[in-house]
Amino acid sequence: MINVFWSQLRSLWGVLKHTFTKPVTVRYPEEMPYYSPRYRGRIVLTRDPDGEERCVACNLCASVCPPDAISLEKEERDDGRWRARYFRINFSRCINCGMCEEACPTYAIQLSQDFEMGEYVRQDMVFEKEDLLIQGTGKYHDYNFYRVSGKAVEGKDKGQAQNEAEPINLTSLLP
Amino acid sequence: MEAFTFYLTSAVTIVAMIMVISRTNPVHSMMYLVVSSISMAVIFYILGAPFAAALEILVYAGAILVLFVFAIMMLNLGHESVEQERSLLTPGIWTGPSMLSVILLGVLGFIITGESPQSPATSVSPKEVGVALYGPYLLAVELGSMLLMAGLIGAYHLGRPLLKKD
Amino acid sequence: MTMEFFINDILYPLLNVVGVLVGAIGFGAVTIWIERRMLGVWQDRLGPNRIGPLGIGQVVADMIKIFFKEDWIPPFSDKVIFVIAPTIIMCVAMISFAVIPITPEIGVADDLNIGLLFFLAMMALGVYSALLGGFASDNKLSLLGTVRAAAQSVGYEVYMGLSLMGVVMLADSFSIRDIVEAQEDMWFVIPQFFGFLVFAIAGMAESHRAPFDIPEAETELAAGFHTEYSGMKFGMFFVGEYVGVVLASLMMAVLFFGGWHGPFLPPLVWIFLKTLFFVLFFILVRSVLPRPRYDQLMAFGWKVMLPLSLANLVITAGIVLAMAD
Repeated sequence: MINVFWSQLRSLWGVLKHTFTKPVTVRYPEEMPYYSPRYRGRIVLTRDPDGEERCVACNLCASVCPPDAISLEKEERDDGRWRARYFRINFSRCINCGMCEEACPTYAIQLSQDFEMGEYVRQDMVFEKEDLLIQGTGKYHDYNFYRVSGKAVEGKDKGQAQNEAEPINLTSLLP
Repeated sequence: MEAFTFYLTSAVTIVAMIMVISRTNPVHSMMYLVVSSISMAVIFYILGAPFAAALEILVYAGAILVLFVFAIMMLNLGHESVEQERSLLTPGIWTGPSMLSVILLGVLGFIITGESPQSPATSVSPKEVGVALYGPYLLAVELGSMLLMAGLIGAYHLGRPLLKKD
Repeated sequence: MTMEFFINDILYPLLNVVGVLVGAIGFGAVTIWIERRMLGVWQDRLGPNRIGPLGIGQVVADMIKIFFKEDWIPPFSDKVIFVIAPTIIMCVAMISFAVIPITPEIGVADDLNIGLLFFLAMMALGVYSALLGGFASDNKLSLLGTVRAAAQSVGYEVYMGLSLMGVVMLADSFSIRDIVEAQEDMWFVIPQFFGFLVFAIAGMAESHRAPFDIPEAETELAAGFHTEYSGMKFGMFFVGEYVGVVLASLMMAVLFFGGWHGPFLPPLVWIFLKTLFFVLFFILVRSVLPRPRYDQLMAFGWKVMLPLSLANLVITAGIVLAMAD
C-alpha cells in the first residue's frame, strides 16, 4: 500500500522536473528540424559526373515498388545506351519506402530530404521525368555506371573501365 | 413574498408528481420525480428547515433516485413497456385512487380553513437538528443505524463471491 | 429610490453575481488553455502557440469552431433528455459557485448556513448529466460509460461528504464563510491532512478527470457517455468539466488552505493564486498517472478512502470533544 502511494508520488515528481527541460519539438514552418542524409523523402533521378542521366531503364525499381507508383519505358539511343522514354512516379501512391533506391543498379533513383509535397490537385502529384531529374549526382558523387560496368559503349570496350578485369576469352583453353 | 414562493413551489411539486404518474416513459417519470424532490427541498427551506432541504437533495435526488434511474436504464425497457403503461392508464383504473385522493384533499382543506396556519417563525439550524437527534431521539438513531447495518450485511451476503467447491 | 439604495441593494449584488459567474466561466475556459500548454511543458513539447500571444486565443478559436459544427441529435435518441443532459452539468457547476466566498466582499450567497451541504447536494445532482446523457444516446458505449459514471460518482460523493465533516467540526459551522474565517490562524490542511487527501481524490473523481476518467475512457469506450454528442452540446460537457475542475480547486483552497487569508497581497490575488495552484496540480496528475481499471477504482474507494475518511472523522470528533471540555 505504501509502495503504491510512493511510486505515484515519485512519478509526479519525475514529471514535475520536466517543467525545465527543453521541448523536443520545434515550431515547424519557422524552424526546420534536423533531417539525416538518409531521410526518405521525395524521389529524384540523378545524373552521373559527366551530366548524363544515370537511369538505364532496367525496370527494377518499378518491379520492386510495393504500391506500384513507378512507371517507365525503355528506349535505345544511337550510341547503344538505354534510356527511359518516360519515367513517371505517382507520389500520391508512393509510400517513401526506399526500395527503389535499394534496387537501382546505377544509383540513379535516390530519395531526398524534401517532404513538403502538398498539392491541391491530385494530378499534380504525378511527377514526370523532367520533374524528377536533378542536375547533380545525389549522394554518390564519383559514380558513373558506364565506367565500371562490363558493357561496351562508344569510346570504351569491355574490360577497359575502372577496376575492371579483361573479359575471359571463351575460345581459349588457357586459364 | 414568502407565501407566494411557497405556493409556487408547491404547485411545481404537485404538477411534477402528477407527471410522474401519468408519463408512460419510465425515465421521463423519474425525471419528474427528481424535479419534485428538488422542489420539496425548496419547500423545506422556506419552512425553516435548511438541513432537511439539503439532505432531501443529497440523499433522495442525489443518491436514491440515481440508483432508480440506473436500474430502469439497465432494464432497457423499450416500446412494449410504454404500451403496457398506456394500457394501465385507462379511466377504470385511476378513478378509484383519485376519488380517495379527492376525499383526502377535502379533509386537508377543512383542516387548513378551520385553523389559521402557523407561519414558521424560527429556522432550525443543522446544529439543533444534530442536538435533537443525539439527545432525545438517540434511541431512534441507534435503531435506524441497526437497520442500516442489517441491510449492509444482507447486501454483502447477497453479493459475496461464490465459494469454490473443492 | 435613492442613489445609495440603488448602489447598495441592486447594483452591488448584481455586479457580485455577474462577476462570480463570468469569473468562473472565464477561469474555466482559460483552464482549457492552461491545461494544453502545461501538458505540453510536462511532455517536452510546445502545445498550442499559434493564435494570439502564447496561443491564448486557442480557446476562442475552439469555441468559434465548436459553434459552427453541426449540432447533430441522433434520430434513435430520447431527444428531450438528450438536450437537457449537457445543460445540467453547466447549471450545477455554476450554481455551486454561489455558496463559495471568494473574498470578504465577493460572494453571492456565501453565508448560507448550509453552504457546504448545498455544495455537496449540487455535486450529487451533477451525476444526472452523465447518467441522462448516456441513457438518451441509446448507444452501448454511452451506456457502459454511464454505468461507470453512476457507480463512481455515487461512491465518491460519500467520501467527499465524509472528508469534509472534519472541517465542519473544527469550524463548528456548515457555512463556508465561517469555515474560511476559522482558518485565520491555521489552515485546516494541517489538522485535516487526511481529509484533504480524500477530498482531493474525490474531487478529481467527481469531475471525471484523468486518472479517474473511467466513464469516458477513450481507449475503451470511444468517448463514454458523450460519444453521440457534437457541436455546442459536447462543448457544454467539455466546459462543464473544466468549470468543475476550477470548482474543486477553489473548494480545496477555501476549505483547507485558508481561502483569502494570506500576507501582503490582497485577498482576491491570494485566492486566485491558491486556485491556480490546485488547477496546476490537477493538470500535473492528469499528465502523470495512468487510468486505473474499473474494479481497482471501486476497491480503492471502498477499501481505502472510506475507512480513511471514517477514521479521520472519528479521531477529529474525539479530539474536538476532548478540547471542548
